[in-house]
Amino acid sequence: MNKTWNNKAWWMVLPVVLLVAFSAVIPLMTVVNYSVQDTFGNNQFFWAGLQWFEEIVNSERFHDALGRQFLFSGIILLIEIPLGIFIAMNMPKKGWSISVCLVLMSLPLLIPWNVVGTIWQIFGRVDIGLLGAAANKLGIDYNYTRDIGDAWFTVIIMDVWHWTSLVALLCYAGLQSIPEAYYQAARIDGASKWAIFRYIQLPKMRGVLLIAVLLRFMDSFMIYTEPFVVTGGGPGNATTFLSIDLVKMAIGQFDLGPAAAFSLVYFLIILLLSWVFYTIMTNLDKQER
Amino acid sequence: MAEIYLKKLAHSYLPNPQKPEDYALKEIDQVWEDGKAYALLGSSGCGKSTLLNIISGLLTPSQGQVLFDGQEVTQLPTEQRQIAQVFQFPVVYDTMTVYDNLAFPLRNRKQDEASIKTRVAEIADMLELTADLKKKARGLTADAKQKISLGRGLVRQDVAAILFDEPLTVIDPHLKWLLRMQLKALHQRLNRTMIYVTHDQTEALTFADQVVVMYDGYVVQIGTPQELFERPEHTFVGYFIGSPGMNVLPVSLEGATAYLNGQSLALTTRYISQPGDKLELGIRPEFTQLSPIPSAHSLTVTIKRIEDIGRHKIARADYQGREINIVIPEDQPVSVDYKYLTLDPRHIHLYANGWRLKQEASA
Amino acid sequence: MSLTLERVSKVVERDTYIYPTDLHLEAGSLNVLLGPTLSGKTSLMRLMAGLDLPSTGRVLWQGQDVTGKPVQERNIAMVYQQFINYPSMSVYENIASPLRIRGLKRQALDQRVQAAAELLKLTPMLQRKPLELSGGQQQRCALARALVKEADLVLLDEPLANLDYKLREELREELPRIFTASGAVFVYATTEPTEALLLGGQTATLWEGRLTQFAPTLEVYRQPNSMTTARVFSDPPMNFLQLSKQGNQLKFDTGETLQASGGLTNLADTVYSLGFRPNHLSLAPTSPDALSFQVTVTVVEISGSESFVHLKHGEQRWVALLSGIHEPAPNTGLTAYVDPKHLYVFAADGSLISLSTHPERLRN
Repeated sequence: MNKTWNNKAWWMVLPVVLLVAFSAVIPLMTVVNYSVQDTFGNNQFFWAGLQWFEEIVNSERFHDALGRQFLFSGIILLIEIPLGIFIAMNMPKKGWSISVCLVLMSLPLLIPWNVVGTIWQIFGRVDIGLLGAAANKLGIDYNYTRDIGDAWFTVIIMDVWHWTSLVALLCYAGLQSIPEAYYQAARIDGASKWAIFRYIQLPKMRGVLLIAVLLRFMDSFMIYTEPFVVTGGGPGNATTFLSIDLVKMAIGQFDLGPAAAFSLVYFLIILLLSWVFYTIMTNLDKQER
Repeated sequence: MAEIYLKKLAHSYLPNPQKPEDYALKEIDQVWEDGKAYALLGSSGCGKSTLLNIISGLLTPSQGQVLFDGQEVTQLPTEQRQIAQVFQFPVVYDTMTVYDNLAFPLRNRKQDEASIKTRVAEIADMLELTADLKKKARGLTADAKQKISLGRGLVRQDVAAILFDEPLTVIDPHLKWLLRMQLKALHQRLNRTMIYVTHDQTEALTFADQVVVMYDGYVVQIGTPQELFERPEHTFVGYFIGSPGMNVLPVSLEGATAYLNGQSLALTTRYISQPGDKLELGIRPEFTQLSPIPSAHSLTVTIKRIEDIGRHKIARADYQGREINIVIPEDQPVSVDYKYLTLDPRHIHLYANGWRLKQEASA
Repeated sequence: MSLTLERVSKVVERDTYIYPTDLHLEAGSLNVLLGPTLSGKTSLMRLMAGLDLPSTGRVLWQGQDVTGKPVQERNIAMVYQQFINYPSMSVYENIASPLRIRGLKRQALDQRVQAAAELLKLTPMLQRKPLELSGGQQQRCALARALVKEADLVLLDEPLANLDYKLREELREELPRIFTASGAVFVYATTEPTEALLLGGQTATLWEGRLTQFAPTLEVYRQPNSMTTARVFSDPPMNFLQLSKQGNQLKFDTGETLQASGGLTNLADTVYSLGFRPNHLSLAPTSPDALSFQVTVTVVEISGSESFVHLKHGEQRWVALLSGIHEPAPNTGLTAYVDPKHLYVFAADGSLISLSTHPERLRN
């Protein structure tokens, strides 16, 4: 086909192109600019080459934060995905209770990030928090500001509380799309509950599960607000995840060059992981056909 | 394998049914013989799916009992009824191989792998699936998937009846023939009780030993394909079976002579009718003949259209404002000049208020 | 008005949906696209409508190139297998919707809607919502909407596939008359050979993305130009067998040898495939020329007035369609007969070889 399409259509795309340029491309270029220069203030810049990148990639601080980040994302996925599936499978299938259930489930999703953090910060406090005070009354030594384990526990529980319903809702939609005939056939075949889950529900949920894993992984990999409000990255650096570390470096220490290099490396890691997920998803999709 | 007894069975989806119209399935009392092939035939909403769901255990009837070989199963859930079912859309376990699909019901019943292996091999051979056993079920064509669903029912030795819910809906016409024939051959070989629900008369008639024609919740007639074709008990059966369906014309009756708007027609016997009955004459398009020359009892018709559909032709004729369809064999000539229609008296039936009139004991 | 496809093809990545196709459709004509699932019927329709852009070739409307002209700018109506109506509007509003878009005056609009409703027997339910109607009525509503639009090109994609058998039979009888009267170009896709025959008009047979033949429906049925067309256009399936001719001898793949008779005597000595329709296979000789074959009964199906006797001839599956009730027991050996005048002879490449007796078939 050597016929030209309607060129007017390109004008329709222009606003989006401009918007993306202002919101993403230009700031990104600024960061790239910072990452290869050094400054001592007074708007004086010196060429630094890849020095910052080398420093960041080889720094123990970055390695630790990256390790903590993977550990955190891994743990919350291991909890939220199975828990989400479990909740979805036990949600009502018909009747008025569906809507009640859906509203209750979406509540945590509607709360702003910093509010979630504040809720748990107070909830876990040893002096006035319901969780913290009650635990200590029961003789459990719980204090997220002192104990590393308690801090991790609090941050993870908070994320599970905040996001499991998203996984559950996605799985619920997947389950609802399975035709009744499949369950009927399985009952006729004498399949156990586990077999029904393994051979019908799980295969049919695979598509939404992949999306859920992708969303939760990416989101948790970039988590900032909630742990920052609750623990501030502490005790020590115990809950300092990548984004918290980045902010500390950029705003706390005002190391703009290293921080810019940090954020670019961070960005590239996320891009790489997204690409891996995307490839896996499309390959599985092809297998399906 | 089992005999199925539907004892005083009726169903209404309403909590307190009062009138007959409240019932989706009107009362029936029937025995379906062990090892026979039955078809439930009717248009959508006639109650055939309701009846199937009662037999499969998805639905508990509001009245009456279902007995398999004398054992009451009315309240038993599907999984305890020893039935198998093939659905409208192929239901297979996508992630399993064909072998695992067929072995699934046996594995669930904790049979040993060795006996499963021989049984699956046997069934796969019958269904001509042997070559596909190692393939994933997901990638197969719709007809192969339907065979797998059927196979999952056949591997079990304990199945009382196999139910088919419009199983050929998603199959292409030329494969329909093959699959239906294989189904029929399997039935003849295994003698399992089979119940086949469909709106497609060709499928019902060619598959079943006994066809149960349903209309508006009633079972209108049960019979062999030949009986349904040659002696429809109700004008609905006449209309529903056959393409085109039976011609139905209002008549008046006098002994062994019927009058169609004044035109007399000699009948083979006398019929008894009650005064006030709505009398109609039924004749299948296959038993009518067009000729260019008038004869004693011929009707003068106007040919509106002649449709040539390859192996025969259908003439659409008008007789005093009523449409009459005539089937003309491939090798017989016809044109609009063939306007004299004779009806074969041996195949004329008379209906009073829709139901076929019994012939008077030989007078 | 006319629609012309010039070397139109559709390739998506490595899959060829439609091989280069030429087709010319006249106004007021009913054109059936016949082929099994995935043979390219829907792809071809989408190309005709302008929903898809062809990979090669041009689409012409009355001789004008309209390739790439979006569907909104052409006057096209489409009816699908699924019953597609606006669920929140009444039947009346559904039918009126294309006219409202065009801004028709109320009186003219009402007139057209009423006329279409009358034609499709929807008058009593004009005020109801589509979902309160039966499947057949819903599809009639969709058909009425297509009709009232007075489109230049009406595409019907298996419109009756989701309806009950009997309803299909009735609508099938009405559709050709309703549509050809309006003078548009009609294209009707179906998988069923019987449907094509009942609709009449012209038929284009499709097989794996290729248009194999396009001619008046009965001509395609009686004179299929290839084995592929014959296979697509036969229900019950056509019977086939392999033959090698040596002088006056016909040698079959089962080892049977017969004397050449009828038109077969004129064939050159080589290898052929023979095809014949199930209704031309009989269990008693129909003419002195008839070829006879040894067959075994596998299954018998009875439809009330006819019997389908499934047979095995060597490794080939055959069907005999006999009128009346015939019930030979399975595994019985029988002799089956075919009159040579009913034979289709196909060359090794699958193309039809015309025998001198063939024109006769066209006439009857």
